[in-house]
Amino acid sequence: MTKNLRIKSSEYIDETNRISFKFNGKTYHGFKGDTLASALLANDVHLVGRSFKYHRPRGIMTSGSEEPNAIVQVNPGTNRTEPNVRATEVEIYEGLEASSQNCWPSVEFDIGGINNFLSPFFPAGFYYKTFMWPASFWEKYEFFIRHSAGLGKSPTTTDPDIYDHRNVHCDVLVVGAGISGIMAAKNAAKNNFKTLLVEEKNELGGSTIYENNEFNKIDNKAPSEWLKKEIEELKNIKNLEIKTRTSVAAYHQYNYLLARENLTDHLEAKDKTNKIRQRLLKIRAKKVILATGALERPLIFNNNDRPGIMLSSAIKKYSEFYGVACGSKNVFFTNNDSAYESAMSLYNKGINVEAIIDIREQSESKIVKKVKEAGIKIYWSHSIVNTTGYKRLNSISIMKLSNDGTSVTGSKISISCDCLGVAGGWTPAVHLYTQSGSKLKFDEEKKVFLPNQNTSEQISVGSCGGDFKIDEIIKNLNQKLKDTLNINETDLDSIKVEIDQENSKRNIWLLPSDKPLGKTKPFVDYQNDATAKDIKLALREGFRSIEHVKRYTTTGMGTDQGKLGNMHALGIIADTAGVKMGELGTTTFRPPYTPLTFGTIVGRNVGKFFDIFRRTPMNDWHVENKAEFENVGQWKRAWYYPINGETMHQAVQRESKAARESAGILDASTLGKIDIQGSDASEFLNRVYTNAWSKLAIGKCRYGLMLNEDGMVYDDGVTTRLGENHYIMTTTTGGAANVLGKLEDYLQTEWPELDVYLTSVTDHYATASLCGPYSKKILKKIIPDLDLSDENFPHMSFKESKIGNIQCRIMRISFTGEHSYEINVQASYGKDLWEKCIEAGKEFNITPYGTETMHLLRAEKGFIIVGQDTDGTMTPIDLQMDWIVSKKKYDFIGKRSLYRSDTMREDRKQLVGLLTDDPNIVLEEGAQIVSELNQSPVEMLGHVTSSYFSPNLKKSIALAVVRGGKDMMGKKLFVPMENKNINVTVANPVFYDEKNERLNA
Amino acid sequence: MFLINCPYCGERDQQEFKAGGEAHIERPKQPTELSDDEWAEYLFMRKNIKGVQFERWNHAHGCRKWFNMVRDTSNDEIKAIYKMGEKPPSQ
Repeated sequence: MTKNLRIKSSEYIDETNRISFKFNGKTYHGFKGDTLASALLANDVHLVGRSFKYHRPRGIMTSGSEEPNAIVQVNPGTNRTEPNVRATEVEIYEGLEASSQNCWPSVEFDIGGINNFLSPFFPAGFYYKTFMWPASFWEKYEFFIRHSAGLGKSPTTTDPDIYDHRNVHCDVLVVGAGISGIMAAKNAAKNNFKTLLVEEKNELGGSTIYENNEFNKIDNKAPSEWLKKEIEELKNIKNLEIKTRTSVAAYHQYNYLLARENLTDHLEAKDKTNKIRQRLLKIRAKKVILATGALERPLIFNNNDRPGIMLSSAIKKYSEFYGVACGSKNVFFTNNDSAYESAMSLYNKGINVEAIIDIREQSESKIVKKVKEAGIKIYWSHSIVNTTGYKRLNSISIMKLSNDGTSVTGSKISISCDCLGVAGGWTPAVHLYTQSGSKLKFDEEKKVFLPNQNTSEQISVGSCGGDFKIDEIIKNLNQKLKDTLNINETDLDSIKVEIDQENSKRNIWLLPSDKPLGKTKPFVDYQNDATAKDIKLALREGFRSIEHVKRYTTTGMGTDQGKLGNMHALGIIADTAGVKMGELGTTTFRPPYTPLTFGTIVGRNVGKFFDIFRRTPMNDWHVENKAEFENVGQWKRAWYYPINGETMHQAVQRESKAARESAGILDASTLGKIDIQGSDASEFLNRVYTNAWSKLAIGKCRYGLMLNEDGMVYDDGVTTRLGENHYIMTTTTGGAANVLGKLEDYLQTEWPELDVYLTSVTDHYATASLCGPYSKKILKKIIPDLDLSDENFPHMSFKESKIGNIQCRIMRISFTGEHSYEINVQASYGKDLWEKCIEAGKEFNITPYGTETMHLLRAEKGFIIVGQDTDGTMTPIDLQMDWIVSKKKYDFIGKRSLYRSDTMREDRKQLVGLLTDDPNIVLEEGAQIVSELNQSPVEMLGHVTSSYFSPNLKKSIALAVVRGGKDMMGKKLFVPMENKNINVTVANPVFYDEKNERLNA
Repeated sequence: MFLINCPYCGERDQQEFKAGGEAHIERPKQPTELSDDEWAEYLFMRKNIKGVQFERWNHAHGCRKWFNMVRDTSNDEIKAIYKMGEKPPSQ
């Protein structure tokens, strides 16, 4: 039977609503309003996890998102399981299950605990030093290291939840709803600023809401009472939106912030279904007010990590807010006054406080006097030198601290206790502040890093801005609000504050023990098991940069990013190296502040919404006719159309034969189409293509090659002159957007004098490409009145016509080498056009073919595909396309580069055809080509770019780029493969119908 | 994520824009007159300044207009934005 440590009821805990949950398989009870941590503490469970490296038993340390130890696996074994969740942030609900991580077989008996006793053998850099030799053993080491790495288990099944993204724009974003955040948001909204207030917890009010120091008063009320009234008033304020359970993860430049809004994690499983679990808010704020508060620092002393050792402020919150006593024999260890408030909180509720150990000489504040009056023993100038209790603290030993704070003297006093609250002062939570690019400055007096130089319109108010006393907070907040919002008066003007808070503090980063440092375990980073001696070792080994020490010792690199211990790490480094904290700088705080789930990051972009895809107007027909698809850019293109269980090879062979022997039809709608108009359109084309355009007659088409300014082939396609000042350009499918962008760039920036207008019309037209010896007859059936004679409608010409009532543009152009037509109609008639062609072509064995057959047919003709046979290093000369490069034109994009010494080298890689000596062997695309087999190392001459078995030639054909290939016609080369060497011969890349006789067939 | 004040559309999120490299590099009017070295200077050589840099940007997913930006690369402060063809602001 576990103890019940629930004390006097709290207004935040609903004791009428009893909730049962499981932790490590055992059932416990808590109440609505509890976190997993508070509910476990109420059941006297401190031991919740094992540390990462030494597997030391660890307990709940904090009450918030800074928790380093109590990280648990929520709902293990279900599809909603999530690792590395902080027990201090999990709101309990009926049916919740959670388990400890990083322990086996159980948190009570963990075999990895042996590491603790072997710890002298695991110093900082252990892995780097140990697994170096012999180098060939790395693969064996890796298996074990990977096995022991990582915390928790990822879900193995699909996430059942929905995630969402939302863009948010506001005048003022206030981060954190403590006293400063609430007053900032209230005054901003009242002054007509559209304001958003976000708070990571489910309740507003921060720590003031459970403030219990009876000597502090705002307007003669207890601060908690006063603030509750202010919170109540927020409901009636317009322009103010409040989001709780919303944690800002990242603060980017120009006041762009990402926040995670948690919507269902606190609900029972049955209430989670079909709801958005988490929403990522993408916030652009005109002004940002950071009111993120401060995190209490622990103290660094020997064995400071045992279950039962907690932050003093956490003990106070558990007592005041959750109504839970964290122990029955409590001791506090402090360097400032705040532990006295926690002690009084317990005392006032009848909980036993054994003693307060204070490293200061003394303090005379009212709260200290109050503690004395209560009869609680205070040990001034004392420090804890050791603690005992493996799975739960059971005693501490203390000794007198020397004046300089570096050693302890006198006799050792042992105090029995089961809970120790440590209070090392406060660290402003400046994580988000620095993420925004703003710079910090070290305040030597307060021993904290404070905001110094803002990079955007932002202010830091309250304790994250360095104000720890309520009177300072109110006064400075008031002035900052007036300055930043440009207002003359606020609600804060008339507030009267009485306080008894003293900031006296004695700061010692590393507290001494009676044993030498090497024999002690003063943990600095609890989650990663980095101790003060690891940090000192790193310095002894020569590390100086804070960033290097961090990586070497892994300090601050856990899922908690070292929120508790980073300051001590810096302090110990500064003390050891003999430099000032300010000179040392800080490590970089990186987003996210607390971990985000992948679901939140991807939002709705999962499954078929993972990426945008585009479909042609004929897509439904392809689907109905069982086409296989391939992705080309964002397009889903029909790849091939298997019938009767054909393989891809069989289908492609059949389609290719039909296209040459009877008729084929290809969906070419994806080709990029750019409408070009303007009185300088011809001149513009002259400048962007390598060949000449001025003399192209209206109604004629021309193939063009476009280069980059470096002379390399960029894109190609056919452009048709529709009118005196009107052209339609086609581009490659994948290149469409980039070509338009490039042309716009030249028009706007280099040639603004040209009268040319570009419009992308890719989506406006559907294109069916009809080819083969019967293509003319099929077209004739569809458009009987159009004169298709070679005289009236020759190759490379264009006609405007009608199919029934539908306007169409027909280009007689060919990418297959066959007589063919590209028919363009308004996109919405695309499927109709396609079906008409299929219907009309039935008697001629019309065969739909996909991209694979298209590639094969054009390879038979030696036509290049930009991006397959070229790779950004091929000039038109390399491609043996000298014919398309105008010698007469004074200039075009890339012309000058064709005459650079490098582009004119004879031994560049050049496009050639390759024929295998055995016509049945099809080369692999990408295969390397060599001229010698018995040389080592052998020179790679080039590689295969396109390779197919041609059903029309009944042999294997390939295109390749080969160094100096132009002059190798007929030369024997080799393609060495894993198991054999393939003999090949360099050939003309035009394998089929070299005289182009079939174009007019 | 920058907030960029497109001179034609106003303030828009950075994701609507495309960066286009260093500004004020004019394409030579008579490339054929240039030596290989002079052409290479135009073609390849770009500054990579830590500090104030003049850049070209394109409102690619908006009005598609190109414009110039003066940006401090050390802290990403956008110091000025002006249209193509306009003179850069004096420092």
